[in-house]
Amino acid sequence: MNFIKRLLGLICILLSVAAAYFCIMHFGLPKFNSGKQDDLVFGIIILFILTPLIVSGLAIFGYFALNGEYDKNKM
Amino acid sequence: MVKTDTKGIWKVISASSMGTLIEWYDFYIFGSLAVVISTKFFPSGNPTAAFLSTLATFAAGFVVRPFGALFFGRLGDLIGRKYTFMATLLLMGGATFLIGCIPSYETIGFVAPLLVLVLRLLQGLALGGEYGGAATYVAEHAPEHQRGYWTSWIQTTATAGLFVSLMVILITRSLLSEEAFDTWGWRVPFWISIIMVYVSYLIRKRMSESPEFAKAKADGKTSKNPLKESFGHKYNLKFVLLALFGATMGQGVVWYTGQFYAMSFMKTVMNLETSQVDTLLGIALVMGTPFFVFFGWLSDKIGRKKIMIAGMFLAVLLYRPIYKTMYETADVSSKTVAKTESSADLDREKNISTATFHYSFTDGSKATKIISTDLNKMPFAPETKSTIITLSPNDKWLLVFLVWVQVLFVTMVYGPIAAFLVELFPTRIRYTSMSLPYHVGNGIFGGLLPAISTYLVTNAKENGDPEFYLEGLWYPIIVASLSMVIGMIYLDHKKRN
Repeated sequence: MNFIKRLLGLICILLSVAAAYFCIMHFGLPKFNSGKQDDLVFGIIILFILTPLIVSGLAIFGYFALNGEYDKNKM
Repeated sequence: MVKTDTKGIWKVISASSMGTLIEWYDFYIFGSLAVVISTKFFPSGNPTAAFLSTLATFAAGFVVRPFGALFFGRLGDLIGRKYTFMATLLLMGGATFLIGCIPSYETIGFVAPLLVLVLRLLQGLALGGEYGGAATYVAEHAPEHQRGYWTSWIQTTATAGLFVSLMVILITRSLLSEEAFDTWGWRVPFWISIIMVYVSYLIRKRMSESPEFAKAKADGKTSKNPLKESFGHKYNLKFVLLALFGATMGQGVVWYTGQFYAMSFMKTVMNLETSQVDTLLGIALVMGTPFFVFFGWLSDKIGRKKIMIAGMFLAVLLYRPIYKTMYETADVSSKTVAKTESSADLDREKNISTATFHYSFTDGSKATKIISTDLNKMPFAPETKSTIITLSPNDKWLLVFLVWVQVLFVTMVYGPIAAFLVELFPTRIRYTSMSLPYHVGNGIFGGLLPAISTYLVTNAKENGDPEFYLEGLWYPIIVASLSMVIGMIYLDHKKRN
């Protein structure tokens, strides 16, 4: 189980990179260019709130998992 | 160890639940009266007012809540649960009452929407601080082996608060003329809040501090810096992250899909009549609410993890078939028309003709379609302005069942979550540590769901996807799947308190 936990940690780090790409390129930036006020607020929230949360949170979680912080003896 | 007897716990539950319910009530009436509020404070066609309006909806509703969790969570771990969640109650009540007192945009101009925005932000902050306090307070009074059961009563308050808000608005509307409600009657639900808050304040004031916190304080074991201890120490931070990614993130999207996206889907994608949607959603919620307590109780017997993971798994597996069936239920192209009536109208000033068609179907469903044609443009291009569908009783009950199933998923993931979060963190930093993942999971991941899902549906529709209406589900499915996998692999059954 500890091996799976560490492996999933690596996947979480990769997922954080993928999430950064999708949040910025597909959700955040297009909203800035739409010209609508509603979209602008939505874009700001995606880029400056949701993206940092997902990306940094998943990356730190993955890093901890990869380093064995969630191994059975450390829980 | 907690020594409170059953009678004592009921007092604790009543005091905590009533306050939390009132806070949800306050939070929801803003949303329920959004249309009236927008005409009074955010006039259409004014870009600055529109910007403030969106900010009030998004920022206060979702983004500010985690900040409230941090601020009040810290306070709760420093000075105690009782005084902190009394403060959040008064803040919420005061802000709500004042929203009902603000003169309209016509009277004081831009100060009006600005004041609404500020008060809405205060509401968001208060809500961010309330839930963690109430859940912690109840859990710290409850016997350890019954925490799931007792805290599940707190979990029912969000749904109950939505009900009470709808009921108060409905009663106010029925007692006043339409004109009176539009002029001043919409303020009544906001004013009523102060009475409810005052009563709840008096009840909470008589309650004693949580026994676990009181003991920790007497022993000098409370935290000096809960924020640093919660998020600055690797050991606690890893549990905060685990709570977020392995539980509250998935729980948040399942909750928002079952209660809010379902409503928006029926109104905007299926084009169902608003009152029919409210009725069938109300029935499904009433039928589903007791299951919060059932799954809370069950989590004491078989463990929190199994139930929450099962709820996420069922949601991920069944969302698409459920929504496909829902959509097909209201698809009038597959129904047989029994009778058609039509009328036409011509706006001579604008030179626009409007045709209204009323269809009756053999199964008892009805539909009204309004088509308008701009006669100034050649060639004529008729445009469907609106379609409103009223389902037959059989179809309505099918939808009640499908929404109820989604509410059941909500009760599975949400019923045990308070006890789960409480047991993940020690008393000294519990309020702070559990509030943040809860409000990030629900406020950010859950709260943004309607906007993100609607964006996905619109995008798919523009690209000509025949199953565009299912595309919005990818967001909750992906987020819940990730949370389910993380929860399955990393969560254990240990209590760290």
